[in-house]
Amino acid sequence: MKNKLTALPKPVKVLLWVLLALFAYALPLLEPPIISTPGVDFGGVLFTVSIYCLVALGLNIVVGYAGLLDLGYVGFYAIGAYTVAILTSFHASWPLLLAIPVGVVAAMVSGVILGAPTLRVRGDYLAIVTLGFGEIIRLVAVNTEWLGDTRGIKNIAKPPGVGGEEGLFQIPHLFWGDGTVLLDTDDKTKFLFFGVLDQIPYYWMGLTAVIIVLIADILIKNSRVGRAWEATREDEDAAELMGVPTFKFKLLAFATGAFVGGLAGGLYASRQGFINPQSFLLLFSILYLASVVVGGQGNRWGVLVGATLVAYLPQRFREFDDFRVLVFGLALVVLAAVRPQGLLPPRRTVRAKKLEHDLEELEEGTGEEEAAHA
Amino acid sequence: MLLEVEGLCVNYGHIEAIRDISFSVPEGTVTTLIGANGAGKTTTLKTISGLRKIRAGSIRFEGKDINEVPPYERVKLGIGQSPEGRRCFIGMTVRENLEMGAFTRNDRKSAAYREDMERVLTLFPRLAERIDQVSGTMSGGEQQMLAIGRALMARPRLLLLDEPSMGLAPKLIQQIFTIITEINEQGTTVLLVEQNAAQALKRSHDAHILETGEIVRSGTGAELAVDPAVKAAYLGGDV
Repeated sequence: MKNKLTALPKPVKVLLWVLLALFAYALPLLEPPIISTPGVDFGGVLFTVSIYCLVALGLNIVVGYAGLLDLGYVGFYAIGAYTVAILTSFHASWPLLLAIPVGVVAAMVSGVILGAPTLRVRGDYLAIVTLGFGEIIRLVAVNTEWLGDTRGIKNIAKPPGVGGEEGLFQIPHLFWGDGTVLLDTDDKTKFLFFGVLDQIPYYWMGLTAVIIVLIADILIKNSRVGRAWEATREDEDAAELMGVPTFKFKLLAFATGAFVGGLAGGLYASRQGFINPQSFLLLFSILYLASVVVGGQGNRWGVLVGATLVAYLPQRFREFDDFRVLVFGLALVVLAAVRPQGLLPPRRTVRAKKLEHDLEELEEGTGEEEAAHA
Repeated sequence: MLLEVEGLCVNYGHIEAIRDISFSVPEGTVTTLIGANGAGKTTTLKTISGLRKIRAGSIRFEGKDINEVPPYERVKLGIGQSPEGRRCFIGMTVRENLEMGAFTRNDRKSAAYREDMERVLTLFPRLAERIDQVSGTMSGGEQQMLAIGRALMARPRLLLLDEPSMGLAPKLIQQIFTIITEINEQGTTVLLVEQNAAQALKRSHDAHILETGEIVRSGTGAELAVDPAVKAAYLGGDV
């Protein structure tokens, strides 16, 4: 099937992508019955999904491309969120559009500061150091009065709207009755108006960020930088012998990942209006990593699927609230047993699996031969 | 002299892997380091390519001291290496591996680059046949060819080869050594590290015997090949 898709002429492919993007934008307006989340605001759930997708894309650069296990990714997310919160609320009252770039740069700088001493260590040690980093950031927030300690920061700026209270224009939702579909003219989403009740404009903002990051991701991965990451992940010494300054490229991966994490944190803070350290628990680092691993680390599409599932499923099945975490854990165990490479593994993992399989077959084959000789 | 190693000492922790060795590689030659397992051959090569730190001594490339130059910069200076155990990027195809070899070059679209790719594929026709195959699925001999080809893609002035015959069938060993001679004849200086002394001595201009981190004998390849002590220890002759 994949070959059929890649064999399509370019304009058709572009058209398909555009249709898919349009569908993604229209999803909260359509509110399709099975996909929609009863009991929770569908737009809000989709916003969370878009933030998870953003975070997973960023973490995938670090874990999937460069092969660096980061267990404290929530730290960068927190730095982005707190920077935006400080700058737009009581401390400075900056406009959001100015605060987000600063938050993103702050996250990136913290990535370089964390990475410069720690990326020289390999494997397990890096995981331990990053684990500590994530917790330190949270504990600093808890214990600093200036950062609002456990109470957090309120009155974070919303994105600036266009067209005032009414938005630029208004789009009606669909209403699914019994067997009929109606345009619900009483329930309209104001385009580019960021209010409190309607979450859909925030979702559109998040989705736009995901698409931009996705395009950047494709461009970077296909460049020299992407190749250097791949070589470094496969064999660091061999990469050095090819002329790849592996340390610099690992640091670049770390900084790029932190950039995206900070962006996600900033958007989240702005939607939320307030943040406190509870939003940046270690649990989230693990959930983000789960998104990447479940989807198939190294494959951006797999990672998006993973993030969508991890963010969406618990909201969709809220009625089983008490069992959510149990079921999630069970699902992870089953996945690890049945499909350890993730739902949509990258090409290279598929190749490696095939290689392993071939070798096993070969060994079995020679075994039989020997048996025949004996 | 293309490469001069002087008074080189390298440690692994407290263990001295290399003790005060000196040798040089004249431009245009094949120079060989011969020795048993653990004699320090691979450490010497790794130190020349920069993967290992020097404790004492110096390495000069084209007269310039390169002690402080990081490994990725040494590639740009013209030192290419095919590491021990081949170490191809097994998830990448043959073509991607060769492109990785040319990582330091910015002339991807030039005729010179195409020529170099052509040259490698002519030297190793097997690689041309398998250009889009994932390198991890190839045999040891093919991976060895790829490792050498990959190093050549950087257009090195000095090619370091770490045991290219390791784990290969005798017929393939012959073939690899023939190709090494060919590479040398095309103008690349080669520093070869080998356990297969018979083949290596036959093909090299200069050779040095390495034992437990020290050079115990030096001479031309032909001299050492008939040296009774060398014969006894490395060529399976009578004592």
